Amino acid sequence: MFDIAPDEWVAIALSLRIAIVASLVALPFGIAVAWLLARKEFWGKTLIDGIVHLPLVLPPVVTGYLLLITFGRRGLVGSFLADYLGIVFSFRWTGAALACGLMGFPLLVRPIRLAIEAIDRRLEDAAATLGANRWRVLLTVTLPLALPGLIAGFVLCFAKALGEFGATITFVSAIPGETQTISAAIYSLTQTPGGDAAAGRLVVVAVVIALAALVVSEWLARRAGMRFHGE
Amino acid sequence: MSMLAIDVEKRLGAFSIAARFNSASGVTALYGRSGSGKTTIVNMIAGLVTPDRGRITLDDVVLFDSDRRVNVPVHHRRIGYVFQEGRLFPHLSVKANLDYGRRMCGLDPDAAQMRRTVDFLDIGHLIDRRPGKLSGGERQRVAVGRALLMRPRLLLLDEPLASLDNERRREILPYLVRLRDEVPMVYVSHHAGELRRIATSVVRLDGGRVTASGGTELLNDTDDDLA
Repeated sequence: MFDIAPDEWVAIALSLRIAIVASLVALPFGIAVAWLLARKEFWGKTLIDGIVHLPLVLPPVVTGYLLLITFGRRGLVGSFLADYLGIVFSFRWTGAALACGLMGFPLLVRPIRLAIEAIDRRLEDAAATLGANRWRVLLTVTLPLALPGLIAGFVLCFAKALGEFGATITFVSAIPGETQTISAAIYSLTQTPGGDAAAGRLVVVAVVIALAALVVSEWLARRAGMRFHGE
Repeated sequence: MSMLAIDVEKRLGAFSIAARFNSASGVTALYGRSGSGKTTIVNMIAGLVTPDRGRITLDDVVLFDSDRRVNVPVHHRRIGYVFQEGRLFPHLSVKANLDYGRRMCGLDPDAAQMRRTVDFLDIGHLIDRRPGKLSGGERQRVAVGRALLMRPRLLLLDEPLASLDNERRREILPYLVRLRDEVPMVYVSHHAGELRRIATSVVRLDGGRVTASGGTELLNDTDDDLA
């Protein structure tokens, strides 16, 4: 039963690639947005906060459709990127990564924002008196102290990206080898007569990957936490 | 030679500060009860609080001048600051804490200077620990070392002993007294006894105003610690 077929491996590898790329690319943006929301007061902050959380509350199909009309071949942003930078999202794995990153974004931002808000700002003042400019305060004090939040956000985003289905299939369809992730493959197998065994195998794989991500993040977070309190 | 010259005004809600004093080398005590504006003035010297108006110069360097729109950012002032609560970085070892200012100021590593400071403050046995494992007195000694190792032009100490019990105070004060010849200091406290041992000149503050400035005799006519 547990011989994973080559095309199943393709879906697994593709899912991992999409989820990793989506989370890694989203991370710096997530940090920037979380820092802005945690530290700055500006006009339209509530709006930004709302937009960031939109993928969480919108039906994923709607997010996928909005991506399609903006980042599709004939979309406003999509045609510009394709014509001038040669970056194409529609019906490519990069498009799947974009959809997954966007869907995971609110889950990425929230823990990082909370972690930054919890930091004692007097430590950042102390760093400044010791000669650190804003960037170095961020890199040597703020982000290391927010590390548990960064890990939590990254793992949540990764897990969301790994399982994303609605927005991805709406935006880039489910082309085997290009955009057919584990989720899409499972769905299509359940619609196919005799696909139950293959679907079952992929379900087990999905559970294993998700559990592994949780265990690793728990371990990392504990190590990061220990650094603050122990030797 | 007058090295630190301050003339600042700052409004904070109903409270206002208008303070003017000069301090020569040695240890200048900012003496006054809590709420007299001592910490705010020290924060203005450090650059953490911006005055509404005025001028701050250190030696010949203008740190702040509202007329000429000069405001040197905190990280360029090279003024060491020992906070009441230490404020050591919890994610870094004691050694990394001590080395932080040197790294941020772009100074070359100086093992001799590090050893001298560590020996001077008796913190050699703590070097690999995390700040969370230190006692209050140890923490303040590391905080003093951290500020010294950035080679500051001036050292600000804001009630550095306030979080400690009497025994610890007696333990740490001699280290600070021995520092007197190394670097000029501004020392904030409401303890006359503490200041009598370390200060070379005194600025008395009350309600955000300087009420007297002069030598340590200003401490003698006060009964004792201000609350």
